[in-house]
Amino acid sequence: MSLRFQRLLDVITRVRGVQGAMLVAGEDGLVVAESLMEGVRGNAVAALAASLTKRFGRAAEAGGLGPVSFLHLQATDGALLVVPAPEGMVLVVVADADVNVGLARLEMRRAVEEVA
Amino acid sequence: MKLTRAVEPWVLEPLERFVLEAGARLTLVMTPSGQVLAQHGFTRAVDVMAAAALGAGIVASTAEIARMMDESTFHALNHQGRRHGIFLGACDTGRGRLLVLVVYAAESSSVGLVQLFFEELAVALAAAAPAPAEQPPVLAADFERDLNESLATLFRP
Repeated sequence: MSLRFQRLLDVITRVRGVQGAMLVAGEDGLVVAESLMEGVRGNAVAALAASLTKRFGRAAEAGGLGPVSFLHLQATDGALLVVPAPEGMVLVVVADADVNVGLARLEMRRAVEEVA
Repeated sequence: MKLTRAVEPWVLEPLERFVLEAGARLTLVMTPSGQVLAQHGFTRAVDVMAAAALGAGIVASTAEIARMMDESTFHALNHQGRRHGIFLGACDTGRGRLLVLVVYAAESSSVGLVQLFFEELAVALAAAAPAPAEQPPVLAADFERDLNESLATLFRP
């Protein structure tokens, strides 16, 4: 199972500008599988991204927008991308600021479909 | 009423920050013998006494299991419930080894968040702790008096 997750994450990290990808348990904020470049604090990103996703999910629900399908947090030096995955997991990507978000999202969605 | 109180003032600022960032409902900072240094969220002294005694007991039990398994020690424990989780972590400071008991709601926090900010709390406590001083042994005769004094400080109106 974890080998399969690893393979899916490795495909995403091949997108230019992606520094790392992680499958995170959405409720716990703990890393299930990761493929990260050195220097990325995986545990911290996992915990905070899972918490963000939970809160944005609640905001979307309150606004009658339906479930969250994609989160894109753009910062000055990089971007955080999140796609909900099956079994309560979330797929989190840490990327450079100039990453091709469309391509990264496509690969993330493909990966999530394969997780199912 | 102020929700975060400390018997030893150097614990207060790191604890307040931890509670805010980790989204903790209840937190106790105590010694391995169950002497409480600070608390957040408890409204009754009897609950603090019970939680401190139980938390210290759990850590003592698992330390013994660790010893039997030839492990040095367990650094943290997490009990996950449906709505709440209980996290117990230990850190070393100039004041000696401290235990931190955290109760968090699954709805507003997670074990990942608590673990993350506990690491920062441990660093902050180690930095803020006063230089090691000669600690008198905990004697049964003094224990009740010290306990009552601590609880009076933590729940003073």
